[in-house]
Amino acid sequence: MTRYVGTNVVRTEDPRLLTGNGRYVDDIVLPDMLHAAFVRADHAHAKINGIDAEFARTMPGVHAVYLLDDLGEPYSGKVLSQPYPSAAFKQDIRAYPLAKDEVCFVGDPIAIVVADSRYLAEDAAALVQVDYEPLPASVDCRTALDADAPIAHVGSPDNHVATLGVAFGDIEDAFGDAPNILSETFLQHRGGCHSMECRGVLAVEDPHDGGLLTVYSSTQAPYLVKATLANYLELDDARVRVIAPDVGGGFGPKGGVYPEEVVVPIAARLLGRPVKWIEDRREHFISLNQQGDQLWSLDVAADDDGKIRGVRGRIINDNGAYTNYGLVLPITSLFPLPGPYAIPAVDITLDSVFTNTPSKSPVRGAGRPNVAYAMERMIEAVARHLNLDTTVVRARNFVRTDQFPYEPGHKTAGGDAVSYDSGDFHACLDKVKELSDYDSFRERQAVARAAGKYLGIGVSSYIEDTGMGPYEGATVRVQPSGNVQVLTGTASQGQGHATVFSQVVADELGVDIENVVFQAADTAQFPLGVGTVASRTVVAASTAIYNASVAVREKAISLAADVLEAAEEDLELVGGSVSVKGSPGASVTLGELATKLRPFNTMVVPKGFEPGLEATSYNVTHGPPTASGSHIAEVEVDIETGEVSMLRYSVAHDCGRMLNPKLVDGQILGGVVHGLGNALFERMHYDESGQPLSVNYGEYFLPLAAEMPPIAIVHHESPSPLNPLGVKGAGEGGTMPAANAIVSAIENALEPFGVIVNDYPVDPERICDLLDEAEANALT
Amino acid sequence: MSDTRRISLTVNSEPFVGEAETRTHLGDFLRQEAGLTGTHLGCEHGVCGACTVVVDDEAVRSCLMLAVQADGSSVTTIEGLADGAELSPVQRAFQDHHGLQCGFCTPGMVMSLTAYLEENPSPDEAEIREAISGNICRCTGYQGIVAAGLQAAAEMRGERS
Repeated sequence: MTRYVGTNVVRTEDPRLLTGNGRYVDDIVLPDMLHAAFVRADHAHAKINGIDAEFARTMPGVHAVYLLDDLGEPYSGKVLSQPYPSAAFKQDIRAYPLAKDEVCFVGDPIAIVVADSRYLAEDAAALVQVDYEPLPASVDCRTALDADAPIAHVGSPDNHVATLGVAFGDIEDAFGDAPNILSETFLQHRGGCHSMECRGVLAVEDPHDGGLLTVYSSTQAPYLVKATLANYLELDDARVRVIAPDVGGGFGPKGGVYPEEVVVPIAARLLGRPVKWIEDRREHFISLNQQGDQLWSLDVAADDDGKIRGVRGRIINDNGAYTNYGLVLPITSLFPLPGPYAIPAVDITLDSVFTNTPSKSPVRGAGRPNVAYAMERMIEAVARHLNLDTTVVRARNFVRTDQFPYEPGHKTAGGDAVSYDSGDFHACLDKVKELSDYDSFRERQAVARAAGKYLGIGVSSYIEDTGMGPYEGATVRVQPSGNVQVLTGTASQGQGHATVFSQVVADELGVDIENVVFQAADTAQFPLGVGTVASRTVVAASTAIYNASVAVREKAISLAADVLEAAEEDLELVGGSVSVKGSPGASVTLGELATKLRPFNTMVVPKGFEPGLEATSYNVTHGPPTASGSHIAEVEVDIETGEVSMLRYSVAHDCGRMLNPKLVDGQILGGVVHGLGNALFERMHYDESGQPLSVNYGEYFLPLAAEMPPIAIVHHESPSPLNPLGVKGAGEGGTMPAANAIVSAIENALEPFGVIVNDYPVDPERICDLLDEAEANALT
Repeated sequence: MSDTRRISLTVNSEPFVGEAETRTHLGDFLRQEAGLTGTHLGCEHGVCGACTVVVDDEAVRSCLMLAVQADGSSVTTIEGLADGAELSPVQRAFQDHHGLQCGFCTPGMVMSLTAYLEENPSPDEAEIREAISGNICRCTGYQGIVAAGLQAAAEMRGERS
């Protein structure tokens, strides 16, 4: 019976956040707190010949300026810990917490200044003199493996991070006698994080009783921060507590562990006072992980009816300067292949390379939007070549409903066979065609063209492996008050965890949602957790919460049977009480049962029961629930100015059973707009020396309300067979197909000129250039 | 070296007197001196709008205004909108339409819309989109915020939906 699950419960988080009562890292003020600022590299690649911090140290209000050596042993000789070790690394070059004798990107931290206020810390940071000896910089991933390429790290033989690949099926056979072999090359650039809250770290050590280091961090992964920090600082796990308070957006980059999360705690320990560092927006642009460039060069072999036989090719992945985020981005750029299509043979190799730019890490979707874009480019190429409607080519290649579970033929990094659990890709495509009036578009387009307007339509399909493992856990505990406390590790960055998870608990325990007390993302409250990344939390955590709730329910019924002297099957749990069916007078409240299970002194624990009306459950995930969908974008392109107006955008989305449809829509809408930003606006620019040229919101464009199209959503629910609630993740699916939908719509609008866009983001200048090239080609 | 001024202003209808370093912007002053941490600093260069507050009936980016410039002014922050537990029409509409996720841009969005609806009580969707295009939201895709703006406007005109 569900009273809350599946309904649009308004968020319990909202009143607090709407009245200014959120509590983000910068809102936390501790007694005697000091403030930090970082000195960062001005050069993309340089040797440091000396640092003069003496004058800065004498500035009023300055308590310390620490260079790497000042952090003390063992830290001055130790690079940061690797949270994601891998045998595939050819070179695993991690950063020191502060630069040792070389800086490898503009923004690389060199020193920390701690002062009475952030203003004073920044004043002093500007006065730290660094004697640089500039070195050639590796800036363009496309040429980073060339023999004459500048090397990103002194002492390295080359810029090679790792080579990974996906291969299955008989690729020789697929291409051998294929009637159609097409090739496309495209550069994908996915910009940065741009959560509206920048990063922030506040650390304080209580030295008593063996010491407890408490770190508040604006992170998606407090347990990863704790584990990495304890490992690096050589502290027992019990001596480190990490809390993610309200976090103002994460989008992937806040799922990593950063030098600042290590240096600020060390400074707090050295000074014996709380130290707070709040990233400013320029630092967000230059020092936070980004997603950066990937160059894809693919060949596709297809039959004359559009059926794809195989895809082969190569990816060059920009790793940026260091490997502190492991190979997560390369891995997620490979195993989602071949997308929603039943393609018998794939052989794709990925080379990840060092550049002297910020380290690269997942941004909303990680490598999955790149994979979606790549496969959709193949569909577009085949359809164009064979003069078929792209939806026909898609439908011809989709995995069919009778093929689930579908195994393309390769394995995940964890060693499990890649497997799609469920979905109906054809149904989603049909639904979005209907929603977007796809079948009448050609008429609209013809009318517009006759009036000198260039309308275009673009279709894009995708799958999303959601609910990545390895595990998440929860404790569900009934309090003597009758309220239900839920403790879990997963941190929210705005997804509405408190609401959604409380819905699950309230339904299972028959209480009002107002009676659920949800607490999360504090390593001292719940022992183990992973993090909110990869659209995994609804799957991993709600399953654990559900299972724990079921166990609590069973325990309550069992105890109530003793108390009420009734058979368990005659009992029901409704309205916070267990009652004998048909005898409402014979009833005991959950609070009373909870009280019986936590007796004091002369009382006793009921026979056969463990104390506490509570249960802890861990959900270990194997095999991802597969979300899927199709999008259709309609645009108008101004062929004089290159401006793209997005007229309407339609989404068909399948994330299995929806716990709260309104919040799912919120995830989709935000995800789509992020993808539209990727397609049209968001680009980190660097000059040839590696200097970033887009470090504020006048130079780097984020999507704004006035530019966004109306977005319509239709759902298709294919419940996942892999978890009891039938859920699939929904955090990133909106982003995945958006770039191709827009790029294809632009190409469709400019079909009369034969323009192929391929690279994204695509700005008005580039559209004008492409039109000029097309015109020049037409003349020759 | 610090050069400070004593300033007096009205904050959320209450008189407030504080010491402001002359270089301190209004956003930091409100957060640190007045303890009103609901005003958020997102970019500190005047584009994202997260720090928007209302100064003498005008929506202002508090990162671009010095605290000393607010001497003698009346400032309303996000903390000043609700009447006890009763949310303002704009705040309530944000909850109704899922117009917020992480909540970080939200105070600025709410303040911008509140000031805008005073100025234009009957906006259409395009006007609302334009009105909030000085505020960046990374989470919502704006659609819920636009719907919230329309509902709040209708409610403030006395049309209950």
